Amino acid sequence: MRATLKRVISLLATLGALAASAQAHAIAWYFREPGSQLARDIDTLHQYVMWLIIIIFVGVFAFMFYACWAHRKSVGHKAAQFHENTTVELLWTVIPAIILIIIAFPATKVVIAQKDTSSPDITVKVTGIQWKWAYDYVKGEGEGISFVSMLTTPREQIEGDAPKGENYLLEVDNELVVPVNKKIRILTTAADVVHSWWVPSFGAKQDAIPGFIRDLWFRPEVTGTFRSQCVELCGKEHGFMPIVVHVVSQDEYSKWVAQKQKEMAAQQDDPSKTWGLDELKARGEKVYAANCVACHQANGKGTPPAFPPLDGSKTATGPKEGHIDTVLNGRPNTAMAAFGKQLNDTDIAAVVTYERNSWSNKAGIVQPAEVKARRK
Amino acid sequence: MSSVVDSHDHDHAHGGHDHHDHHGGYSGVMRWITTTNHKDIGTMYLWFSFMMFMVGGVMALAIRLELFSPGMQFFNPDQFNQFITMHGLIMVFGAIMPAFVGFANWQIPMMIGAPDMAFARLNNWSFWLLPFAGTLLILSFFTPGGAPGVGWTLYAPLTVQMGIGMDLTIFAVHILGMSSILGSINIITTILNMRAPGMTLMKMPLFCWTWLITAYLLVAAMPVLAGAVTMTLTDRHFGTTFFNAAGGGDPVLYQHIFWFFGHPEVYIIALPAFGVISQVIPAFSRKPLFGYASMVYATSAIAILSFIVWAHHMYTVGMPVTGQLFFMYATTLIAVPTGVKVFNWVATMWKGSLTFETPMLFALGFLFLFTLGGFTGLVLSLVPVDIQLHDTYYVVAHFHYVMVAGALFSAFAGVYFWLPKWTGKMYDEKLGQVHFWLTLIFFNMIFFVQHFLGMAGMPRRIPDYPLMFETWNKISSIGAFGFGLTQLLFLYIVLKCIRSGEPAPQKPWEGADSLEWTHLPTPAPYHSFETQPVVK
Ligand code: HEM
Ligand SMILES: [Cu+2]
Ligand SMILES: [Cu+2]
Repeated sequence: MRATLKRVISLLATLGALAASAQAHAIAWYFREPGSQLARDIDTLHQYVMWLIIIIFVGVFAFMFYACWAHRKSVGHKAAQFHENTTVELLWTVIPAIILIIIAFPATKVVIAQKDTSSPDITVKVTGIQWKWAYDYVKGEGEGISFVSMLTTPREQIEGDAPKGENYLLEVDNELVVPVNKKIRILTTAADVVHSWWVPSFGAKQDAIPGFIRDLWFRPEVTGTFRSQCVELCGKEHGFMPIVVHVVSQDEYSKWVAQKQKEMAAQQDDPSKTWGLDELKARGEKVYAANCVACHQANGKGTPPAFPPLDGSKTATGPKEGHIDTVLNGRPNTAMAAFGKQLNDTDIAAVVTYERNSWSNKAGIVQPAEVKARRK
Repeated sequence: MSSVVDSHDHDHAHGGHDHHDHHGGYSGVMRWITTTNHKDIGTMYLWFSFMMFMVGGVMALAIRLELFSPGMQFFNPDQFNQFITMHGLIMVFGAIMPAFVGFANWQIPMMIGAPDMAFARLNNWSFWLLPFAGTLLILSFFTPGGAPGVGWTLYAPLTVQMGIGMDLTIFAVHILGMSSILGSINIITTILNMRAPGMTLMKMPLFCWTWLITAYLLVAAMPVLAGAVTMTLTDRHFGTTFFNAAGGGDPVLYQHIFWFFGHPEVYIIALPAFGVISQVIPAFSRKPLFGYASMVYATSAIAILSFIVWAHHMYTVGMPVTGQLFFMYATTLIAVPTGVKVFNWVATMWKGSLTFETPMLFALGFLFLFTLGGFTGLVLSLVPVDIQLHDTYYVVAHFHYVMVAGALFSAFAGVYFWLPKWTGKMYDEKLGQVHFWLTLIFFNMIFFVQHFLGMAGMPRRIPDYPLMFETWNKISSIGAFGFGLTQLLFLYIVLKCIRSGEPAPQKPWEGADSLEWTHLPTPAPYHSFETQPVVK
């Protein structure tokens, strides 16, 4: 009851704040500032077509409104009885066709440019995963770097228990970093359902389709941070998997690559290490917060029936093997993804241990070696 | 064909609407369940449509309520997706399509001088399938996992993750498809075989023409949708992998099949609306429809072209460049016949003798706003621009201009236009005009600003959004509640007309000239034409 009341009051309050909010954030109503030639071409094409449309629209409806005004019955206008005119009818079939051809030329040019993904400087594979993006630098400087990128906006902000930050819903833990003025080719694919990767400022959008690889390219011309979101409905958290691209100078990029490679080397876990319960559980909590909490919830109660509880569940309290397999391979035909490829043995052992020893569960520790053994 | 006309005596003279002696002896609910009369069935279609419009409208309001402010306030993302899906399905298949079948049932026999539809029992069955389908759709909310949260396009492979609600939705789509196909066969047969002597095809009112073509589109397109959802069903339960790459299938195949149905579907919704407008504008211009023949050709051209443009909904799936160019050129081509229609309507008004009763106001609202929606369609047909705008709120704005300001406005125009003929009474003209103006203003408040949202980068189907989109979303949500309330006024106007409207003359609209106005009393008799009129 109180919660509902709180919502209603906040609704009324926001209603009052409409005008204020208009001032707080600059009102966006047009394409974002182009950050690449492609985006600029799209913008130009759009404006060109819009002007044509506005002219035609005004022209046609000038006739309509003139008729509404001058040919009213109330001013005594008598109806003429003509009902065809071959010349006029031919004209208004042919002229629009010609206008379309005029539009087709510039449009075709941009289509062809947009499709030309040849000879890139850097190629990055992007994998859409419910509900985050994985980036793998597959070619060019930085080859071998890979990381997962996901929303960092805290739940409290989303649920209205904390003020919303400037980049609400548009902030991630690991941004895609690319150098300025280099041709970047993005390969898209997905692990589960169709997602769509989009950076408006570069005019770059491509669906990420499970089992297939598609590509797009862009050449950023300015440094800075470019933010966007997944644009294909991909399930429950579709609104919460942003895309953030950080464009840096060549120097900074090289530094970032060196840094990242060092980090990755340091992060290599030794899967034969034997862990203690507390340290493994602590690590598991982080993995859980990053990968599992959206569906299974922080209290382990899930949101049944689509997203089952783990607290007291058969899998999380039964034999270890079943639990490890579920996390490694997912459950077919449900939103439960296979984490085998995204997480290493230590992470999986950690999260399984966490789930088996949290809430009311007490089902013992799982070591990385045991996870390794169950990988096929 | 007259075998379907039952054998009751009909007394033309009393002209009232003493229906009791006309419907096979049943009364109460049984009358409606057993009726084979095109007017009864038309009435049921229209009321069903209105109920679904309310249900779908409530879901739209739920969506707009959640989107009033950034943050999750009222629903969780899962419920939000369910509302999105069911709003779309219910509005398209439950509200708009049945509304125009309702018009077809009422009007086609009267306009071509026939006593009833060709297959009267089939007609009853095509209607009575609908409530089952509607119930299944609504029931899906109460299954474990709820209604599917996949969008009305039901894209694979997300559909495979859904609960049993998805299966109910699939069956509902099957039933809706059956209903549409049966209805279409009936309409085609009626128009081709039951015209009055002298009523050649090229003398038919344009409404009949647009429905004839629509019916063919339905017969061609609905089985394709049925195929797509059946493949989804077998992928879900029987181990097939039509849409699963791991088994040699392709998720994009689903999209191709869906849109091969989906684009003609757009015209299945639009063409009957064009038909209504082509009756209303000449009537209130007191001038014959300009370019009748070119209207027929344009309608046919649109119908044929509608089968070769489907992939314009899929520019971002990654087609080869030749594919993108083909679908871009084919799509822009549709602008030509659509333009012809708009020009013809304006030319019909030109040098007419215009009055602006409610039906005409809605027709003009249609003309202006549908054209706007058509122009944003042209913008979206250009591959590079669409790649920027696809799956954003710009698209939501575009298709609501076509479906609400297009189809729904035209349905309102039709209801106000024919209500006197159907009920024998006049609606309240003042209130009708208030309904129009409020609908017009709130409609634009909801949807015009969504163009801005889309261009600025707001994806569609998201339950929460970044702060920069707040202002337009607030305006849009306020508009939505205004729009919703305004439609209660419409309900009131119709009920008031039925209960206590002034008696209407045979031909309340000076410029109306089709058979239902010129040859039938008001209200129209139960069996429209017992002896067919001769058309010269
Ligand atoms: C009060 C009037 C209406 C309002 C406020 C409204 C609002 C909305 C909203 C907010 C969405 C979600 C957009 C998104 O996030 O993708 C939507 C989607 C949709 N609406 Fe409406 N709508 C209205 C009337 C209609 C009508 C009359 C139709 C009839 C044809 C219709 C057809 C659709 C369709 C097909 C979708 C797409 C659903 C999907 O994304 O799967 N709407 N509408
Ligand atoms: Cu998504
Ligand atoms: Cu289309």
